[in-house]
Amino acid sequence: MLKYSLKRLVRSLLTLVILITIIFALLRLMPEEGYFNNYEKMSPAAIDFGLREMGLKDPLYVQVGRFFKNLLQGDLGISRRYRVNYPITDLIAPKMKVSMKVGLVSMIVSLPLGMALGALMARSKGGLADKLGNAYIVFIQAVPNAVYFIFIQLYGSSWFNLSVLYKPEDWTSLILPVISLALPSISSYAMWLRRYMVDETNKDYIKLARAKGVPNTTIWFRHVFRNSVVPMVNLIPGSILLTISGSIYVESLYSIPGMGGLLVDVIKRQDNNMVLALVVIFASLSILGLLLGDILMGIVDPRISFSKKEGAR
Amino acid sequence: MEQEVILSVKDLNVKFSLRGQVLHAIRGISLDIYKGESLAIVGESGSGKSVFTKNFIGLLDKNGWVDSGEIWYNGMDLAKFKTEKEWTKIRGKEVAMVMQDPMTSLNPLKTIGWQIEEALKLHQGLTGEAAKQRAIEIISDVGIPEPERRYKQYPHEFSGGMRQRVVIAIAMACNPKILICDEPTTALDVTIQAQILNLIRELQKKYQLTTIYITHDLGVVANVADRIAVMYAGDIVEIGTCNEVFYSPQHPYTWALLSSLPQLGVKGQDLYSIKGTPPNLFNKVRGDAFAPRNPQALKIDFLHRPPYFEVSPTHKARTWLLDPRAPKVDPPEHIKNIRNIRADKKEGGAQ
Repeated sequence: MLKYSLKRLVRSLLTLVILITIIFALLRLMPEEGYFNNYEKMSPAAIDFGLREMGLKDPLYVQVGRFFKNLLQGDLGISRRYRVNYPITDLIAPKMKVSMKVGLVSMIVSLPLGMALGALMARSKGGLADKLGNAYIVFIQAVPNAVYFIFIQLYGSSWFNLSVLYKPEDWTSLILPVISLALPSISSYAMWLRRYMVDETNKDYIKLARAKGVPNTTIWFRHVFRNSVVPMVNLIPGSILLTISGSIYVESLYSIPGMGGLLVDVIKRQDNNMVLALVVIFASLSILGLLLGDILMGIVDPRISFSKKEGAR
Repeated sequence: MEQEVILSVKDLNVKFSLRGQVLHAIRGISLDIYKGESLAIVGESGSGKSVFTKNFIGLLDKNGWVDSGEIWYNGMDLAKFKTEKEWTKIRGKEVAMVMQDPMTSLNPLKTIGWQIEEALKLHQGLTGEAAKQRAIEIISDVGIPEPERRYKQYPHEFSGGMRQRVVIAIAMACNPKILICDEPTTALDVTIQAQILNLIRELQKKYQLTTIYITHDLGVVANVADRIAVMYAGDIVEIGTCNEVFYSPQHPYTWALLSSLPQLGVKGQDLYSIKGTPPNLFNKVRGDAFAPRNPQALKIDFLHRPPYFEVSPTHKARTWLLDPRAPKVDPPEHIKNIRNIRADKKEGGAQ
């Protein structure tokens, strides 16, 4: 178990190192103006001096090595254009916290609700609850979220007298953004769980459980639900980690100072260092999410063996 | 010998609704099953073997229903059962089932000990250490070596044959009166088949079980069954003791079925196969359902459904050939030789 996890961890780290190196090399191909605030007004000599100063004239392997060394100390470099000469770590950290707060609260709300809805739909397959749930899922998936996001903001704030914009000191101002984020996640959790549960119900071992006289409710909880949660477990760490990246639309609607849209912004502003830092962060989160998902899956599913050929002993 | 009837089916009709049409899957079957006997139900795919027995345990698919008829067990008419609650009194405790594919009939996420104990808790009220001890006993009863180690293992750590033993162990943990084995060896290796059949037979003797085998493998039947019921198009066309059905078959369908035994084939000739396909049960079947595929069918076979004619007190068949007015039609020559073939086989086996 520990050995397997370590092995996976080492492999993930290796992937990450290769990935960062490639991204780093690619971003060095970007125009040099991305490293200066006032490139247009600078003389060629000043540009050359600036690049030298920042170590960008060094051989590539030296630059990559330096980047990794700084990365290990939590230093992601310095923003040159998005916010002039400001350390990126200090710039991003508070934004991450805000995005995570909103994202995690919405996940805590949507995960149990989505699972409950999915389970209810699977149990009443073809019945009223299933039809209503399906209508909700289709609505959420088909209608662009902008439509109901604006609706929630406008009517939610006026009917329940809630703040239209996010205020850090007032927790009630979180309610509307959390609802906006939760609606689509509830629908996708419900959709997946329903699907897994319906799949599970049709399996032979459920028939055998019925044939051996296990009461229906027990079958649903002990066999169907439990076994359907296993594939869901794989997705959860990734979802938790990706809350850090925030939601572009919800954050801009409620002016939440989060991560959402930051990547788009820095690409537009051609801030090479920021682009690099953000891509590295998002890539690491995805890889870590997959890793944790697999390990968690291995804990709940005995069929995934952690060491080779354990059963053959 | 007067035997005690444990389950009595009276004129059972089962229908399914499929894509807006009604399929008449079981067409008026009456059958008495005796306590402690081993009955084999044979017939080709789609003849309704499984559907028929699923009625005894309330596991008909959702789109099927009992249209008319009675199934009497222990003073209860199972055909009248509607709710899951009523069925939980029967399932496991009275009637248990061994299914076809052992690879998929166990919960992959639970240890086999847990799955056996689940049945023990439900039907024998055992919990904790007592349940564990009994589970280990049952595991070794069904011939799984090292029961204590196996108890803690998951289904994926077992081979197909061993998993079928686990499935049988679960059925035994229910302590049933009737055991339905739905093609218990179809998914298994030929070498394992005999072991599993022997196991079921031993358990049957040990616990005085009534067993119902569903199979299309006449070789299996010859080994295990006291009585054979031949099913065709949702009806039992012939029923009798194992010897009667093998050595003096009466219904043309039974002849055809026996003729398709590869052991009866003559070297150099194609193996016998029954021409045509079974009737479409969406339509109303007129006369003898087998008549369109029977080259020697009589005119009346197409018009009227034959009643049962008794050949002996234990042997009856639904064919007009047994009517005193019918012309004499002899069974195919090779069917008469079947006795010799079996005798040969027995001798061969003894050597």
